[in-house]
This record gives sequence, C-alpha cells and structure tokens, in this order.
Amino acid sequence: MSAMAAVGRALRAFGRFWRDFVIGDTPELALATAAVVGLAFLLAGNRVAGVVVLPLTTAGFLLLSAWRGRRRAPGL
Amino acid sequence: MHTSSTLVLVLAVFAACLVEMVEALTIVVAAGVSRGWRSALEGAAVAALVLGGLVVVVGVPLIRYVPIDALRVVVGALLLVLGLQWLRKAILRSAGHVALHDEDAIFAETVAELGHDGGGRPGNGRDSIGFAVAFKGVFLEGTEVVLIVISLGAAQHRLGLAAIAAAVAVLLVAVAGLVVSRQLSEVPENTIKTIVGVMLSSFGVFWVGEGAGVHWPGSDLAIPVLAVFFAVAYFAFTAFMRTKLPQPAPRVETMPEAAP
Repeated sequence: MSAMAAVGRALRAFGRFWRDFVIGDTPELALATAAVVGLAFLLAGNRVAGVVVLPLTTAGFLLLSAWRGRRRAPGL
Repeated sequence: MHTSSTLVLVLAVFAACLVEMVEALTIVVAAGVSRGWRSALEGAAVAALVLGGLVVVVGVPLIRYVPIDALRVVVGALLLVLGLQWLRKAILRSAGHVALHDEDAIFAETVAELGHDGGGRPGNGRDSIGFAVAFKGVFLEGTEVVLIVISLGAAQHRLGLAAIAAAVAVLLVAVAGLVVSRQLSEVPENTIKTIVGVMLSSFGVFWVGEGAGVHWPGSDLAIPVLAVFFAVAYFAFTAFMRTKLPQPAPRVETMPEAAP
C-alpha cells in the first residue's frame, strides 16, 4: 500500500509540475497555444493563411496576456 | 536542415541555459558562502548529472520512437507556451510593470535563510543543508533548460548539438562563477530572456505549423523571419505597455498656515 501511495504522490507531483509549467498564472497563454495548434490544423491546406494567421494570432494573445499582467493604479 | 535554423537552435539553447544557470549560480554561491563550498559544489554537480541523465533518458526515445510530425506539434506547442511566458515577462519588466529580476536580493535572501538554519558555518565538511539547497537550485532552474534542450533537439533531430550548447553554457557560467566567486548580477538577464523568448516562440509557431501540415515559404528560412516578427512585436508591445503605467497620484498642495 505504501508503494501505491508513493506512486500516487509522484503522479500528483508530476501532474502539478506540468500544470504549473503549462498553465501557471497565465492560462491565456496555454489557451493561445491551443488556439494556434487548432488553427494550424484548420489552415494546413491553405498556403498563405497559415503563414499569416499563426504568427498574428500568437502576437495577439501575447499582447492580451501582457495587458492582463499590467500594473494597475490603486483602486482600479 | 538549413544552417540558419541550426544556428538559431544553438543560440536559443545556449542563451536559455545561460539565463537559468546564472540564477542557479546565485543559489549555489549563497549555499557555498554560508554552508561551505564542498557540499554546495557536490549538490550542484549531482543536480547537473541528474539533468544530463534526463536529457538522455527522455530525449533519445522521443527521437527514435515518436513520429516526427506528432513530435513537432507537441514540441512546438511546448516551446510556444514557454516562449510566450518568457516574452510576456520580458515585456512587463521592460515596460516597468514588473520589477527587474534582482540577483543581489536573491543572494542576500538565500544567505540570510541559510544562516538561520542553525548549526553554524560547517567549513569544508559535508553539510546536508548546503547540499540540498545547491541541488534544488540547480535542478529546478535546470528543468526548464532540459525541456528546451529535449524539445529543440528532438524536433530537429539534433539532440546532441542542443545538449552540447547547453553544456558549454553551464561551463561558461561555472567558470564565471569561479572567477567572480559571486552572483552574476551584471548579466543583462532581461535582454537574454527576451532573445530566448523570441527564439522559442518562433520555433514554436514554426514547428506547430510544420507538424500540422502548413507549408512555410522558404522552409526553415521562415524561422529567422518569424524571429524578426516576434522581436518587432516585443518592441511594439513594450512601447505600448509603457504608456499604460499608472500615473503617480497628483501631489496635493497644502495651504501654508497663516502667520499669527
């Protein structure tokens, strides 16, 4: 039983590590990545769209995330 | 494989490793100064060996057994999320929304914490606290580097080259650490972090697209073009975010009291 418990603890720690690594305090960036992956598959057949849309979508999410992390004036 | 993408791969791994190892060095030196050098160096060396082992154990099977397109999508997504996190942090720091990383403060804090752990300074004998702190510092900071080495190395089938670039950076930081015997607060960490963020994001978008079937014009030559795009985005977003800093509260002028 103690071995099972140790494995369970290790798995939970492993899951926590990946959750913190991928999502952490910026879930919008994890969402951005998922969106870029989804768009890449949607636009795979289109030569121009993928090349233009993927970087622009990524940059858009980056700006959104930076905006979310900005320092606000007290009371706002 | 173009020379340009190989060069970008080496630079990205080298710079990422440099930044993380400077942070690790700060902790190792703090452990060495306050708990004795022997244990601190042993802790750092064991952590470096474990990290190197991780690269071999995880990286080699990835290259051998996972289909390249699936690997590129997963690795690209991983690099993208990491690159965006680094770029976001760099933008917020450069724009003044978040304080710059202060190695001096971390050093002083670590030394103070280790001093409170009791037992006094053990000199050249073995000290479990010094070992554990140095091991943890190098292992935690190095985990991100291992992910970058495995991701970039596996996606381009250049795991050996990526590992060598990381090892050279580790050696460089270790030598610098010996020379200055102190934390490297003069390293322009935010600038290096920005460069790494730009490179990881470029690789990330490229590999996700490539793995999904998007045809990039010029093939691998699209990577430097993407890097320029993200660098321009970084500067533009930093300038924009600088304009959004909260204004200091206006000073209220008080009327001087009338003389009696």
